[in-house]
Amino acid sequence: MELDPVLLSRIQFGMTAMYHFLFVPLTIGLAVLLAMMESVYVMTGRTIWRDMTQFWGKLFGINFAMGVATGITMEFQFGTNWAYYSHYVGDIFGVPLAIEGLMAFFLESTFVGLFFFGWERLSKLQHLLVTWLVAIGSNLSALWILIANGWMQNPVGAAFNIDTMRMEVTDMGAVIMNPVAQAKFVHTVAAGYVVGAVFVLAISSFYLLKNRHTDMARRSFAIASSFGLASALSVVVLGDESGYVATEHQKMKIAAIEAMWDTEPAPASFTVIGIPDQANQATHYAVHVPWALGLITTRSFDQTLPGIKELVNLAELRITNGINAYRALQVLRTNKSNAEARAEFSRHEADLGYALLLKRHDVDPLKATTRDIRMAAEGTVPPVALLFWAFRIMVALGFFFILLFTAAFLLSASQRFEQYRWFLYVAVAALPLPWLAAELGWVVAEVGRQPWVIEGVLPTQIAASALDGGTVLFSLLGFVIFYSVLAIVDVWLMTRYVRMGPDEALGKSTPAKNA
Amino acid sequence: MEWLDYPTLRLIWWLLIGVLLIGFAVMDGFDLGVAGLLPFVARTDAERRVVINSIGPTWDGNQVWFILGGGAVFAAFPLLYAAAFSGFYLAMFLLLVTFIIRPVGFEFRSKIANPRWRSTWDILLCGGGLIAALVFGVAVGNLFVGVPFYFDPDLRFFYTGHFWQLFTPFTLLCGLTSVAMLLMHGASFLGLKTEGDIARRAATIQRSTALITAVLFLTCAMWAGYGMEGYHITAGADPAAGSNPLAKTVAMVPDGWAAAWGRFPFTWLATALVVGGAITTALLAGRRYTGTAFVSSGLTVAGIIINAGSTLFPFFMPSSSHPSMSLTLWDASSSATTLLIMLGAVVVFMPLIVVYTAWVYRVMRGTLSTDTIARKPKSFY
Ligand code: HDD
Ligand code: HEM
Ligand code: HEM
Repeated sequence: MELDPVLLSRIQFGMTAMYHFLFVPLTIGLAVLLAMMESVYVMTGRTIWRDMTQFWGKLFGINFAMGVATGITMEFQFGTNWAYYSHYVGDIFGVPLAIEGLMAFFLESTFVGLFFFGWERLSKLQHLLVTWLVAIGSNLSALWILIANGWMQNPVGAAFNIDTMRMEVTDMGAVIMNPVAQAKFVHTVAAGYVVGAVFVLAISSFYLLKNRHTDMARRSFAIASSFGLASALSVVVLGDESGYVATEHQKMKIAAIEAMWDTEPAPASFTVIGIPDQANQATHYAVHVPWALGLITTRSFDQTLPGIKELVNLAELRITNGINAYRALQVLRTNKSNAEARAEFSRHEADLGYALLLKRHDVDPLKATTRDIRMAAEGTVPPVALLFWAFRIMVALGFFFILLFTAAFLLSASQRFEQYRWFLYVAVAALPLPWLAAELGWVVAEVGRQPWVIEGVLPTQIAASALDGGTVLFSLLGFVIFYSVLAIVDVWLMTRYVRMGPDEALGKSTPAKNA
Repeated sequence: MEWLDYPTLRLIWWLLIGVLLIGFAVMDGFDLGVAGLLPFVARTDAERRVVINSIGPTWDGNQVWFILGGGAVFAAFPLLYAAAFSGFYLAMFLLLVTFIIRPVGFEFRSKIANPRWRSTWDILLCGGGLIAALVFGVAVGNLFVGVPFYFDPDLRFFYTGHFWQLFTPFTLLCGLTSVAMLLMHGASFLGLKTEGDIARRAATIQRSTALITAVLFLTCAMWAGYGMEGYHITAGADPAAGSNPLAKTVAMVPDGWAAAWGRFPFTWLATALVVGGAITTALLAGRRYTGTAFVSSGLTVAGIIINAGSTLFPFFMPSSSHPSMSLTLWDASSSATTLLIMLGAVVVFMPLIVVYTAWVYRVMRGTLSTDTIARKPKSFY
């Protein structure tokens, strides 16, 4: 059997990234909640808020360790599995990654130690400062990694260099101020806050149902519901912003999310539900809301949204142009001073990446036939049904969280937990849902970018390292086994600590048993 | 800024990568060493908790030196990042596994009282520390021997060796040097942070590993200098040209690495630092001057890295199968713009990092004993 190292690398990268993102949003959300709880402690002097900070901090610690452990894999995988990618765009992409280390990881990782070990060595205010620095650090790390990821979706501020055969920075300011990155950052961080808030809400509800630690649980419930409500509202508003910028820069992604095969007259209708059929380029049983899509994505009445078929035709054209750039590049490689080739190259440079799409189908761009070009153009459509459903579930969950937190907020204001026990059950059951929404969000963002690893610049297929399939299969299986064991241990420990409750977890009672 | 031209920027980044490597080896090195020593310096569970908690508050920040090292090589020398990590794929995988075990090991171990649970994590932590140290040394050793690789005209990297080829008598010796060096450094740190039996056992190990480090290092250096072929650029490699490793010629020369020593007097100074540092560390082991001993052990570590780096200069990763395609600092770097931006980021953030890290160490200063942990068992790892 022929093992495809690129496919295996994609599975490995996707799997390890999804796994990393199980822990990341909880770190981001809990860190801010911890800092808020401790602020209350410092301002009011009530020790229950300190105990809350310490108890949720224990759970934070277990999760944080997993976040760090799985992040290290991510940092090095660009080199191990995506060597050509690293060479081709490292000049730009490496910068935010390195700055993330300098500015964010050092901050959060240095102070997280003091957060746990510094309670008795620091003054109240000093410790509070440390907690806030951890929270700021984890948010900053999200900022820089999303600048990196935003550049993959919308590669601004860079140009191809003939001497070095790679993309190089022309405008770092544009890379940092990339609108896609900004939209991604606020949406993703708000998603993290929702994860943290649901986590605290669900566990507090569990204690309220069991009638244990009710003092702490009620306060945690209150802070989670107000923070959660604000976050859930932001996620939805900011998610809309993500859709808006994607419309500007990734039209194919939006068309695929909407399963919009044909270009509609503006403003386009929004397909609430339906069954996309990629083979026949049609959506069955579709329920439409007139105008909605056009309004949401373009914020105007008169801008048309191109459908998938039109975008494929456009891709065909760009591939044809790209071949000219590719041909000129071959000439320039042997003779850099050929003025004619230089002019030809700069005319079609923007489409060079499209010529590389042919290599995905093992076609030499210099020998491509019209049929090859058509095939490569059709290959620019990402898996429509997956995007369609992933997006709709995420959005539905977004609205569900608003309802959940609104109800929780009202309940916490009235304190009538006894009367609305059913709601506490709902809150406990909601525990896994924000993770589901966040993972699906990444599926939308990353699968929607396919077949590109850098939109319009570099196809995923040729970005991988020249490894043999067996080697990648070995590491993939290694990660699967290793990560599965860790996941089991992590969930088991978390559950154990939740069941123990604050008194025992902090060693305030029965210390002998678990010393 | 006229003087900050492309060749200068490349040179500065070569030095900065060296600084980051030294930062990693000195700061995270003692964490790896302490983990590797865990079952040997600590017998009872209470003692083991002392050893783990001696690095408890700071190992996570130290580990960022490793992460930043990766990120900085990516940003400043992308071709090296691509080549080294995909070329050493399985070794990298092994290294990642050890670095995944550490955070969870520290965090999870003492959360459950079951002795089987705890001893399992102790073995994993110890094995992880030793394997990581070994792999680092073996990888550096392979840089001297050269790695079989080439580039195609698109600059796609192809590694033509296989995993077991990484382990030769010479590279294994380099691996052992690295293990001895980090155990010495870990033991020196324990001398600073622990007392009683643990400190006594650590001192014994510190003394022997310091001497072993010096002897192994000198053996490796002589072997590299006189016992194998070196690499020498014969044409091309213009320090001001765009980064392209296909534009130079490199020849293999007998006694090549020894020839490099003549070029830089500080290679000799580094050697002197290693020998002097190791002897001082050994002499001070188990005495009152634990701070001085730790510093001299750190200097030994730094000396070894300076020596290796300046011997290889200007090479990063020579190709044994296509020497002319070897990676050097002149043809594997980012563009001048990127190097300049990154330099700015380092100048702003590195001093800050040093300051707050120093503050954290100051807050957590002092030794740790089994009594301290027994008093508040839940406040520690
Ligand atoms: C939106 C947020 C986000 C995203 C998309 C990613 N990460 Fe992450 N990462 C974090 C947010 C984060 C964090 C919140 O800062 C973590 C999680 C838990 C933690 O300890 O820090 C972290 C930890 C973490 C660490 C350990 C840092 C330490 O020791 O403090 C590394 C090396 C990475 N990540 C690297 C990556 C890479 C290379 C990614 C892309 C492929 C990536 N992360 C995606
Ligand atoms: C942590 C959140 C993330 C998740 C859950 C995630 C998920 C995924 C998934 C599912 C894929 C596979 C897509 C496919 O092959 O069809 C993928 C690919 C990829 N993603 Fe992400 N991603 C995340 C963050 C990032 C970030 C922050 C970056 C860059 C900074 C990134 C870069 C890549 C790369 C290089 C690939 C490989 C090429 C590919 O297969 O598309 N990802 N990711
Ligand atoms: C009405 C609600 C929502 C809307 C309109 C929305 C919209 C979007 C869009 C358009 C994207 C893709 C951006 C891209 O491709 O670059 C996205 C990605 C994402 N979504 Fe949502 N979303 C909503 C709710 C949620 C919720 C509730 C969560 C999690 C709690 C979430 C988490 C994410 C994540 C983690 C990503 C990937 C990162 C990114 O691309 O920003 N979203 N969302």
